[in-house]
Amino acid sequence: MDSLATLFTENLDMIYIVILSVFLGIEVISNVPAILHTPLMSGANAIHGVVIIGAIIVMGHAAPDDYLALSLGFLAVILGTLNVVGGFVVTNRMLEMFKKKK
Amino acid sequence: MFLLEISYLIGSISFIVGLKMLSSPDKARMGNIYAAIGMGIAILATIVFHEKDGQSIGNIPWIIGGMAIGTVIGWLMAMKVKMTAMPQMVSFFNGMGGACAAIISLVEFNSSHGAGSHDMGFLLIVFLGLAIGSVSFSGSIIAYGKLDGWINDIRGSWMKIVNLAFMAVVLGMIAAEVFAPGILGPNAIWMLLVVSLLYGVTFVMPIGGADMPVVISLLNSFTGMAAAFGGFLYGNAVMLTGGILVGSAGTILTVLMCKAMNRSLLNVIIGSFGGGGAAVGGGADGEQVAKEISVTDAAILCAYANKVCIVPGYGLAVAQAQHVCHEFEKSLEGRGIDVTFAIHPVAGRMPGHMNVLLAEADVPYPKLVEMDDANPQLPNTDVIIIVGANDVVNPAAEDDPSSPIYGMPVIKAWEAKNVIVMKRSMNPGYAGIQNQLFFHTRTKMLFGDAKESLQNLVSELKNL
Repeated sequence: MDSLATLFTENLDMIYIVILSVFLGIEVISNVPAILHTPLMSGANAIHGVVIIGAIIVMGHAAPDDYLALSLGFLAVILGTLNVVGGFVVTNRMLEMFKKKK
Repeated sequence: MFLLEISYLIGSISFIVGLKMLSSPDKARMGNIYAAIGMGIAILATIVFHEKDGQSIGNIPWIIGGMAIGTVIGWLMAMKVKMTAMPQMVSFFNGMGGACAAIISLVEFNSSHGAGSHDMGFLLIVFLGLAIGSVSFSGSIIAYGKLDGWINDIRGSWMKIVNLAFMAVVLGMIAAEVFAPGILGPNAIWMLLVVSLLYGVTFVMPIGGADMPVVISLLNSFTGMAAAFGGFLYGNAVMLTGGILVGSAGTILTVLMCKAMNRSLLNVIIGSFGGGGAAVGGGADGEQVAKEISVTDAAILCAYANKVCIVPGYGLAVAQAQHVCHEFEKSLEGRGIDVTFAIHPVAGRMPGHMNVLLAEADVPYPKLVEMDDANPQLPNTDVIIIVGANDVVNPAAEDDPSSPIYGMPVIKAWEAKNVIVMKRSMNPGYAGIQNQLFFHTRTKMLFGDAKESLQNLVSELKNL
């Protein structure tokens, strides 16, 4: 339990970010018209592709002889990029169709 | 370090602004682009400026190579996918993000294993990131397969027990390893990986198509959380804000969708549609016969109407009939008939799915009417045409308390003067229940592929 308490105090900044972000997420989403639910879900899908940064860090700091980390890290970079690029492109394509209308 | 932090700050702000803009129709596209630019800045800054223990990022050729591969594949997939297959595409990309988060946890755990004791916080974050990422990955892939039609539902009350058992095992393993590190042996992390992957499969397997949008949205927020655990792991602000934003926004979106179907989230996760419903349907359709209508009669019915309403559903997407549907609408309008589209919030396989499809076919915005605005208009609508929708127009939701969809708001098609249902067969809809609307006195069935039927209607209208 002690270590959980230290975890809490040491990461207080992060915990604040988490709590504020939770409310921000709720606030930002409310009042969305139903027609935008799919693009919004897709856009949010692209944003969590930010996990790619973790993959870059893993890959970038893997020891040269740690083949497991290297190969898994490489795979993670590919998958993360898929998420980011695919997510944004699909969202853009959906929204493109709305744009044609006046 | 300063530049890195500034870039992350820009990234975080762009995500928030982008997400906000995505919720208003005029600005949505710019919002998406803002978020993408912010993402680009954050990624670039990580490669250039990130340092750990004084070491900057290595293996750069591999990183660039991996990103190049991912970009090419992701771009091609996203550009080539048909608009009708959009929901499964989103699900697929979501799964990729989940897998990425799971791998990060896996590698971080293994590479720090020799470094001595782990504190509880580290273990908790790594294990939760791994479990949630894996569930999100395997769950999304199953959802992708189900929407694409190569995986069928497995239903039955025993699935609930299997599900709960898996959930208990996953949580139990995490708790055991966090409070007593090493208690499950050296391969605990791999065991957790396998169990979590299996749980993802059993989690999505029994969920019926009507609930699919909810599940995709839920898995989307799972991946967001998994990304946030990665942010915790590295003390990385942009991963944390991005992940949590999606996690909370995704959860709210999920709840909104559940509300639209009058079901609780718990009900969707633990209970599955179908089951009892199949029995109800089996008993009801015994001696009932649906009346069929010919294309010519249907065309005449429409041609002499004043007000026509079209209710699109997943069948429209499957048949790729959105363009023909627009043509049909135009030819009716050419005759001075008032045509609207009534859109149920969960029609199709994603909320807004029908709007996207019809927008692709150039159907003007104001023609799309949401359910709550469409229903009061129905009693003075002459013909309502159901194109491949089923559960969203089922009267059982209003008058049959034993039906699994009882209480879900529906489009009250039966209140219109004439109902034409376009359907390929008398098979029940995705919820697996029979639809009394088909046997209603005012209902006529027009069997066949939605696209062909609409095409035939258009040419019949020309000949009239």
